[in-house]
Amino acid sequence: MMMDFLQLGLGRWLHVISGVMWIGLLYYFNFVQVPALAEAGKDGTGAGITKHVAPRALFWFRWAAVATWVFGAMILGINFFDAFLFLKPAYYPIGVGAWLGTIMIFNVWVLIWPNQQKILGMVQATDEEKTKARRVAFLASRTNVMLSIPMLFFMSASGGVFRTAVFG
Amino acid sequence: MKNPLDSLWGTVISGLILTLILYNIVRFAMQ
Repeated sequence: MMMDFLQLGLGRWLHVISGVMWIGLLYYFNFVQVPALAEAGKDGTGAGITKHVAPRALFWFRWAAVATWVFGAMILGINFFDAFLFLKPAYYPIGVGAWLGTIMIFNVWVLIWPNQQKILGMVQATDEEKTKARRVAFLASRTNVMLSIPMLFFMSASGGVFRTAVFG
Repeated sequence: MKNPLDSLWGTVISGLILTLILYNIVRFAMQ
């Protein structure tokens, strides 16, 4: 009983809190920061964002992604492989959500973060490398916005009455 | 053809289409 409370109760709560921070910052980058930097580029006022805001936002963004995935895996517990390997039909919806989330965390750590370090000058890069890094990070970030839509659908349509209502 | 991910609306619409496709696949697989 106590274990259920910790794994499912506390785990789901922390999964949602960290998930809100991760996806919230993802939406901030795409809906606010990218258009703001494009505007700021015209009058040269973007330095404040790239120097003070972006590194902090990226810090919470990438670690919230880790926390979200870890708490998600904790909730799945012994059913982890039922979901990821689609072993039981009841776990198909959360399995799809879990795979989408896993692709997204891969994008964060392998495509977005290393390229953002080049863009923000945290690691050395030539102008040509920075131009390429900008495009890769941008597309990976936009891919995550696109994937977040079905991911959140399958997350919210999984489990108990929600799954029955959506999938019959 | 323009990459739909270059615009926010293109990204959101792509996400909705992907949701619809995946929903139907999963619903069919669960039957």
